Amino acid sequence: MSANQAVRIGAEPSALARRLILGIIGAIFLIPVIAMIEFTFRNGLAGDYTTSHWTGLFSEDSARTYRGLYQAIENSLVLAAVTVGIVLVLLLPTMVLVHMQFPRLKRTLEFICIIPITVPAIVLVVGLAPVYSVVVQVLGGSTWTLAFAYGITVLPYAYRAIQSNLDAIPVKTLSEAASTLGAGWMTVLWKILLPNLRRGVLAASFISIAVVLGEFTIASLLNRRNLQTALLQVSQSDPWVAVIFALAALALAFVLLLIIGRLGAASPSRRKS
Amino acid sequence: MAPAKKPSNRRRRLAYAGLTPFAAYVLIFLALPTILAVVTGFFSDDGSLTFDNITGLFTPTILATFGSSFWLSGVTAVIGAVVGALICYAMLGTKVGGLLRTIIESAASVLAQFGGVMLAFAFIATIGVQGLVTVILRDTFGVDIFADGVWLYQVPGLILPYVYFQVPLMVITFLPALTALRPQWAEASATLGGTRFAYWRHIAAPVLAPAFLGSLLLLFANAFSSFATAAALISQGSQIVPLQIRAALVSETVLGRENMAGALALGMIVVMVVVMWAYSALQSRTSRWQK
Repeated sequence: MSANQAVRIGAEPSALARRLILGIIGAIFLIPVIAMIEFTFRNGLAGDYTTSHWTGLFSEDSARTYRGLYQAIENSLVLAAVTVGIVLVLLLPTMVLVHMQFPRLKRTLEFICIIPITVPAIVLVVGLAPVYSVVVQVLGGSTWTLAFAYGITVLPYAYRAIQSNLDAIPVKTLSEAASTLGAGWMTVLWKILLPNLRRGVLAASFISIAVVLGEFTIASLLNRRNLQTALLQVSQSDPWVAVIFALAALALAFVLLLIIGRLGAASPSRRKS
Repeated sequence: MAPAKKPSNRRRRLAYAGLTPFAAYVLIFLALPTILAVVTGFFSDDGSLTFDNITGLFTPTILATFGSSFWLSGVTAVIGAVVGALICYAMLGTKVGGLLRTIIESAASVLAQFGGVMLAFAFIATIGVQGLVTVILRDTFGVDIFADGVWLYQVPGLILPYVYFQVPLMVITFLPALTALRPQWAEASATLGGTRFAYWRHIAAPVLAPAFLGSLLLLFANAFSSFATAAALISQGSQIVPLQIRAALVSETVLGRENMAGALALGMIVVMVVVMWAYSALQSRTSRWQK
């Protein structure tokens, strides 16, 4: 028994208990991921293994064979970009404005931004169907219009990411100092606040991208093609490729969220709130 | 709160105008759809006011659907909360911002988001009829998990996939509460002669109870409103509420009433509002210790 263990008085587990718990649960959670990887090397039901599902993706006619899937990925990337745009153009300035000018509206804004948790996508989509029949008439039926709905879906996540950053910097002091030195409202926003909010804005953008790339409910029930609806369709005829793309999306999301984690860890002041 | 320099009326009005784009956006794409979703439940197909859809919620079929949704959400919330809390406990004392913690937190964020179609693929590859675990259990240990029929594409088959995103969500929501346990409390307890059990029994457990219950409710709401995994796994029938909404929206012939989706949406919102209200009540108790 180490000296460290002898003086344990609080809630902390011993190093052995920690390793056991994290090791066992971690291993169990790895099983489905391993099963997915194993599956992509299976040769149909023959019971042996092949790399053809992976190599097929890089063959010459891959672009033609999986045209629908690539188109859907493009759609999802456009949707992710427009959704991030909505967060940056509509949500961010509103949050800064409320923080600086209307502190009493802060609770209201927070309440609005967490409504999408209580009104989940499957409920929202019932009312979005009639709204989108109008949207299609005004803006046309192209896929990017779906981003208006996704902007709502990501509100709780984006709000939390930006707000924790806003709370961690002395907005009032910074903007008053800048105003005293003669800066206008726009200068304060662009040159003082935005650079200080970089972490929160990046985190909000990444989490929005991760959410949009994984979105299925709204696209499926409004009959739009995005990555997830296409994956489900492809899986009927070529489950191996569907699983390969699912793995890729999972890896991408992990990298994005790992970056968010590092961003958060790099700002010690955030942890106080 | 008085600003240092009183802004002129014009600037004030300009500032209010700055709020309008977001307000308009939220009105059109959040408030309007929510109202439409609920209101359509009160109308018949020809546009006249009716309570038929609402009373339709209380038919045995729909009630049974709500029942299995409650059951599924409850079971996976409890499993998720217990296993997730265990992980949080194991992470006590690890460095905030350290490598282990960042990796677990990021993995938890990914897996909590890992709903949907991809999760269904993962479990078909794992415990599908030809899944990795199914085959190993059958060929090596002689255990046939589908001896009583294939349950993966039924409601019980949703339990494991749901647990797979419930546990990570528990880690994300419960970890801050555990981190807020102050070492000073443990020291005070030990100084006064308290054992570790006494510390857990009289200090940690009471402080953590509201956070644990709150997270449990959030997990329940999360499972209750989850659609994609179920939609990808279950193609036959509509055993849970979100799948009933799909059936009502897609086929338009469910019970002969197209606006049934609206009534089902209303039913879901009522459940979600009650659960989330209780959650936020517990959350405000929790935050008392997190100052």
